[in-house]
Amino acid sequence: MPIDIRQFHQTFFEESTEGLAMMEQLLLQMEGAAGSRGMTSPDPENLNSIFRVVHSIKGGSSTFGFGWLADFSHLLETALDDLRAGRRQPDRETTDLLLRSVDALRNLLEGARTGAAIDKTRIEEIASALEVPSVTKAAEASTAEAPEHGWHVSFQPGPELFRSGNDPLRIIRELGALGTLQVSADVSRLPRWEAYDPETCYLGWQIKLSGRDQSRQAVKAAFEWVADISEITLAPMREAKRSEGDTPPASGDGDHTLVKARGPSIRVSTARVDSLMDIVGELVITQTMISETVAQFTPADLPRLLVGLTQLERNVRQLQESVISIRLLPIGFVYSRLPRLIRDLAQRLGKQVDLELSGEQTELDKTVIERISDPLLHMVRNCLDHGIETPAERRRAGKPETGHLRVHAHQKSGYVHVVVEDDGRGLSYEQIRQRAVQAGLLNADTRPTPEQMHELIFYPGFSTASEVSDISGRGVGLDVVRENIRSLGGSVEVSSTPGSGTRFTLRLPLTLAIMDGLSILIGDQTYLLPLTSIVESIHLTDDRLSRLPDGQEIFALREDYLGLIRLHELFHIPSRHTDVSQGIVVVVEVDGRRAGLYVDELLGQQQVVIKNIESHYQRVDGISAATILGDGTVALILDVAGLMRLSPRPVMAPDAPGCVPRRGSPRSTISDPRALH
Amino acid sequence: MANIMTVDDTATMRQMISFTLSSVGHHVVQACDGEEALKLARQKKLDLVIADVNMPVMDGISLIKSLRQMPEYRFTPILMLTTESQENKRQEGRVAGATGWIVKPFNPEQLINVVNKVLG
Repeated sequence: MPIDIRQFHQTFFEESTEGLAMMEQLLLQMEGAAGSRGMTSPDPENLNSIFRVVHSIKGGSSTFGFGWLADFSHLLETALDDLRAGRRQPDRETTDLLLRSVDALRNLLEGARTGAAIDKTRIEEIASALEVPSVTKAAEASTAEAPEHGWHVSFQPGPELFRSGNDPLRIIRELGALGTLQVSADVSRLPRWEAYDPETCYLGWQIKLSGRDQSRQAVKAAFEWVADISEITLAPMREAKRSEGDTPPASGDGDHTLVKARGPSIRVSTARVDSLMDIVGELVITQTMISETVAQFTPADLPRLLVGLTQLERNVRQLQESVISIRLLPIGFVYSRLPRLIRDLAQRLGKQVDLELSGEQTELDKTVIERISDPLLHMVRNCLDHGIETPAERRRAGKPETGHLRVHAHQKSGYVHVVVEDDGRGLSYEQIRQRAVQAGLLNADTRPTPEQMHELIFYPGFSTASEVSDISGRGVGLDVVRENIRSLGGSVEVSSTPGSGTRFTLRLPLTLAIMDGLSILIGDQTYLLPLTSIVESIHLTDDRLSRLPDGQEIFALREDYLGLIRLHELFHIPSRHTDVSQGIVVVVEVDGRRAGLYVDELLGQQQVVIKNIESHYQRVDGISAATILGDGTVALILDVAGLMRLSPRPVMAPDAPGCVPRRGSPRSTISDPRALH
Repeated sequence: MANIMTVDDTATMRQMISFTLSSVGHHVVQACDGEEALKLARQKKLDLVIADVNMPVMDGISLIKSLRQMPEYRFTPILMLTTESQENKRQEGRVAGATGWIVKPFNPEQLINVVNKVLG
C-alpha cells in the first residue's frame, strides 16, 4: 500500500525551523559563557541538544530525499561530534561557523520548502569550513553473488539470543520468503534436563535454501540483527554456474524533490483541543434542550427557552474564547530572533549591549505575532544603532560601557504592550528639529514640543542618522513600523529622556477577529466603538462647554479640558438634536490622549466580528473596520485614534492638565497630511 | 493488531511511524523520550517498541536497559532507529538488549516490512 510521505513535510519544516531557533539560542549562550569566563568547554547538555537538532534534520531530510540538506547536516553533525569529543576547539571561530551553518540550514530548508534559491557558493564555503571532506559515498561494491541453486546456511545462535527479544523462528521464516527451505535442527548442545535454562538458546540449524537469484546480501540481511551474537556461515550450493549478477534497486537518493508547502499550520496543545471538545459537547446539550422546548412550545415554556438561550450564549462565548486561544502564540516566538540580531549588530557597530527579554509567555494572535516580527526587529535595531552609544562615549557620559536593551511584553486591558527600551543617549531633539527644518516639515523658528518631535520621527522618510548607515538609517523605518502596527489596530508611542534613554511602546490588540464594542447611534446610523478605548460616558450641559477662538469646543472634566468631537458633524450626518444636553458624550482615550465624542444615543455593549473594509472598499480615516449586526445590517467600527487625527484641533494630552491647546501651534504643518482633509 | 510504541524526540519521525503503522491496523502510542516511554510501557503491555537513540531526558540505550529489567519486557522486540554511521551505537544497543535496528532513512514500506518480520 503506497503511503505518501509528503504529508509529513510540513511537520518536518516546522520542527526543523523551531529546532534551528533553539540551536541558535544555545550557540549564543555558549558564546556568552565563553566570553565572560574565557575559554571554557561548552555545557555538554547544550551541545547534546544542538546535536539532536542537527541529527533530526539530517534524519528527516534524508527520509524525504532533500539531498542538499541531508549532506550539509551530515557535515555539521560530524563537526559537532568532533566538538563533543574534544577534537575541535569550542572557540569563537567555531561558534561563528556554527551560527553561519544555522543560516545555511535555514536557507536550505527554505529552498526545500518553497523552491527558493539556494545560496550555493555560501553553503559550499561553510561546508568546506566545517573541515570535513565532503561525503564520499562509498560506492558500495555490490557484492552481488547469486548462485543459481541457492545456499547452505549454518546458523548457530548465541545462548543470549532470546534476551535481545530475537526469535530464531522469525529469522528462518524470513529466509523462507527468499526460496524453499529445508531445515534441520542441531540439538547437540542441549544440556541435561536438570541444567536446562528455558531462557537460553541451545539449538542450532542447518538450512538449505534453494531457489534462484538470492544475493548473499539478501540472505545475510535476514541475520543482520543477530550476526554478532551468532555463528553464521554461508556457502553457495555446488553445481552452479555464476549468474549475471543482480543490480540493487536504485535508491531515491539525490532526488532533490521540491515540495509545495501545504499552507500554514499551528501546533495546539491537546489540553486546548480537549477543552474545545468539552464545549462542543455542552453546545450539543444546549441545542437539544432548546429544540425540545421549541418543539412543544407553550407560552408557559418561555422561561425555559430563555434559560436555554442564556446557556447557548455562554457556550458560544466559551467556544469563541477557546478558538481564539488556539490561535494564540507566546511572543517568545518573535523574541527568538533578537539575541542573534543584537549580537551581530553590536559586533558590527563596535558597541556592547546586554539584551534583557521578559514576558515571553505573553500570548498574541498568530497573525499579530507574524506581523509585528519585523517592526519589532526594526525598533530593536534602531535602539542599538541610534540609541546606545559606543563604549567610549558611554564612559565619558559616566555610564557603564555595556548598554542595556530591554524588551518587555505584558497584557493590559485587552491589549498587549511590548516595550522596547534602551539606556542610550535618548532622542536628540535639536537634531530632529534641524532635520525637520531641512526637510521642510517645520519652519526654522518654531520650537515644537517633545510630543510633536516624537510625531516627527514617525514621519515618512524622516531619519536623523547624521550619516546614513546600512543598519537602520535608510530612512524607511519608523513610519513603516507605525503603519504596520496601526494596520493591526495597535499604536506606537515613544518617550525619551535626553542622555538616559528612549522607550518605544507598542500597543497591540490580542486578537484581530473579534472585539468588544459599544454600539452607538448617530442620526439613524449605528456605529461601534471599541470598548477598550472608552473611559466613561457623561451628560454635558451647554454651560459646561466653552469655545476656543478657532471654534473648537472644549469642556472641563475634573482636572482636564477635553476637546469635543461632534461625530455627526464629522461624518455629515443629520443628527436628531444638536443640543449637547440631549445626547451623550463618550470620553475616549487612546495613546494617552483623551477626547469627548458627542453621540445621540448609546445602544449597548456587544461582541462583534471584525470585517476588513480596506480589502473590499478602501481605507477610510476614522473607521477601522466594519461588522454585521444581529439584524443583518452593516455597522462601521470607529477608529478612535483616527478620529482624533481627523478632528481639526489637537486633542489634549493628559500630562498638561488645565492648559488649553496652543493655537497656531506648528502642528498643522507637521501632522499627517491626511488629517487635513 | 499489535500494540506498538514509537519513541522519538522528533515529531516528524513519530508521526510518520505512527501513521504508517496505524494505516496497516496497528495500535500505536507515541513517547517523546525514554522516560515517557517507560511510563507508557508500565501502563500497558506493548508488543513492540521502536526507539530512537539520541533523545533528551533519557536516551534510547538507557530506555532499552530499563525495559529489559522489567519482567514483562524481557523478550519483547525492541528496535532502535540508527543512521548508517552509528555502528558503535548499534553495538551499545545490542549490549543493552536491543532486538535489532532500523537504519534511517527508511520509507514506510520498509518500516512495515521490518515490523511484520518482528511481529511474525
